[in-house]
Amino acid sequence: MVLLKMKFPFQKRVRLAQGLWLLSWVAMFSGAITFTMGAFLKTELHRRSEVMHSMDIHIVPNLLMAVGLASVGINIFAGKVCQDSLDPSRFPRWKTFLPPFFCFSVFLTSLLLVAMILSFALQPSLEESLKIGLKNGIRFYKDTDTPGRCFQKETIDRLQIEFQCCGNTDYRDWFEVQWISNRYLDFTSKEVKDRVRSNVDGRYLLDGVPFSCCNPASPRPCIQYSLRDNSVHYNYEYQTEELNLYSRGCRQALVSYYMGLMNTIGPCVLFDFLLQMAILVSLRYLQTAMEGVIGQEDVEIETDGYILEKGVKETLLETKEKVKKLLQFAQVGDASATTTDAQPEEEKPATA
Amino acid sequence: MAVLKVTFTKTNRDKLAQVLWVLNWVSVVTGVTLFSLGLFLKVEIVKRRELMSKEIVSVPNMLIFVGLTACAINFLGGKICYDCVDTTKFLRWKLLMLPYIICTFFFTFCILVGALMCYSMRNDLEESLFLGLRDAMRYYKDTDMPGRCYIKRTMDMLQMQFQCCGNEGYRDWFHIQWISNRYLDMTDSGVAERLRSNVEGKYLIDGVPFSCCGLHSPRPCIQHQITNNSAHYNYEYQKEELNLNRRGCRQALLEHYTQIMQSIGLIVLIIWLFEVSVLTGVRYLQTAMENVLRLGDPDSESDGWLLENSIADTARYNFNIIKNLGKCYQVDDDPNIDVPSTSQQAQENVPVKQIPVAQ
Repeated sequence: MVLLKMKFPFQKRVRLAQGLWLLSWVAMFSGAITFTMGAFLKTELHRRSEVMHSMDIHIVPNLLMAVGLASVGINIFAGKVCQDSLDPSRFPRWKTFLPPFFCFSVFLTSLLLVAMILSFALQPSLEESLKIGLKNGIRFYKDTDTPGRCFQKETIDRLQIEFQCCGNTDYRDWFEVQWISNRYLDFTSKEVKDRVRSNVDGRYLLDGVPFSCCNPASPRPCIQYSLRDNSVHYNYEYQTEELNLYSRGCRQALVSYYMGLMNTIGPCVLFDFLLQMAILVSLRYLQTAMEGVIGQEDVEIETDGYILEKGVKETLLETKEKVKKLLQFAQVGDASATTTDAQPEEEKPATA
Repeated sequence: MAVLKVTFTKTNRDKLAQVLWVLNWVSVVTGVTLFSLGLFLKVEIVKRRELMSKEIVSVPNMLIFVGLTACAINFLGGKICYDCVDTTKFLRWKLLMLPYIICTFFFTFCILVGALMCYSMRNDLEESLFLGLRDAMRYYKDTDMPGRCYIKRTMDMLQMQFQCCGNEGYRDWFHIQWISNRYLDMTDSGVAERLRSNVEGKYLIDGVPFSCCGLHSPRPCIQHQITNNSAHYNYEYQKEELNLNRRGCRQALLEHYTQIMQSIGLIVLIIWLFEVSVLTGVRYLQTAMENVLRLGDPDSESDGWLLENSIADTARYNFNIIKNLGKCYQVDDDPNIDVPSTSQQAQENVPVKQIPVAQ
């Protein structure tokens, strides 16, 4: 019982081959675009790698780049096969290469779908990674004299200015961390001593934020210190003040940014996947149609094209037997000749 | 004695026509490039319109105009060169070609002028930026006045993006009141004192807005009481370098625009050279085709040149034409009117013609 059989007269075969050749060029460009988008996503993720704890999310751009490159190769090969299929004398040399080629290409193309699914599935992992990374960044903000951490201050400041965000969840995260280094605190002053003593860990905590949290859209000059104290600033109520600082947290800002990027890349990847599958299906039809012509005298006869010669279950069983045979041939090569190996060989012609 | 004469065989002429056809299409693309460069420059200037006292519109408009005209001229040139392969089709264009070449020659001057304008824009721009930034800083506090309410935001974004502070440096902020009276407690003695110490009653402080803060500073930003060493622990403002942005915004913007202008100027110069070479090729093709027609045989060799006579002769000839254009309606040259000649030599030189009598 053949799967999805179609009849192919000579003209239809020719048109299929020509159309497929053109389509393979389009798919080649589409593959190159997928590669470029994967590379772009990877660079964007790499740029903020200092505030990310784990690199799990990098699998998405890696998959896109790998499949993009591979699909360029696949489509060049498909184009060559199409060119040769119009000439029945040149077509037979591709015969042995095509079945493994199909398995390989279908596997690679399905990786595109996997990448798309992963981009949604890994969102919680990305958020967690950013949460830890930002927490560390804020904790080490003051350590500009410690090697390995001296650029955290600049990184966090640039991040907050560029993404218009403040802190991890929001600006209150800065109240829980000492972000002013002890080098710049006068320990003889009463105010500093009070603050340090009032805290269990002896940290200098204050209700203030760094300058990078300031919102330029605010109508009044930025209030960074004594944010909770209405009496320190004239005409100021922190409960109703909205524009003074950035209200968004950096974790949410970064997650939205990356999700936005992946949602833009998603449709293009889906298009590439559909195009590639269409090419593979058409190439399979072309291959099976041409196989009917090989050996015939009249090239212009009508032949049948199909996806699978037998049904899905039977084809799977056959492939399983073939793979078993290959494995056992390998075993015969390793071990010395034994009668136990001879028996399965006798059984095989019966089942094939 | 022709200027730079070159002999062309039939195949040479055909190849020249084909090459020029391709080059003309490439020139259409360069025309589009010129247009987009002008558009890009215009957008960059309009983006910072609030910081300039007068917008510099001449340079980008010139580039846009030149770009569009280059597209049109080279499109026509492409059509002409395509037809030049065939002598019969060339006859269509024969009368148009010389005016076309002259127009294109003057047009290349426009491209050159455009390129030179790019380099000369700097002085105008510096003046405009100085006045514009001074006004922007003055209106920084007026976030409640319509027309000026976005200046604070523009100025803050500028200082953060270009990592600059003030006009010349951060001290410019000490001379203006950048905190609005709405946020000053007039009952407070400190505020009242500051206002009194000033002739114009302005609230001046030795502080700067937050956007002047340097990103590379190892310590949290000190924006207020900058010149007061005792107000901050372990701080000496004379030695402090990284705390605030040291560059003035005028300098920063000027450098930014100068870089853009220099790149654009270089590209326009290259396009100009390309256009001149295409024009030279078209001139050679025109003279070669005209000589072929003069010789009569379409397959023969012909000469092509830039100018038929030397430069001095051509200049004199054209000058005479222009002079005589003015004498269009004068009587001297009209053959129907009998003008008595005053010179005896002229009389003797007039040959006596014998009218043949019909027999």
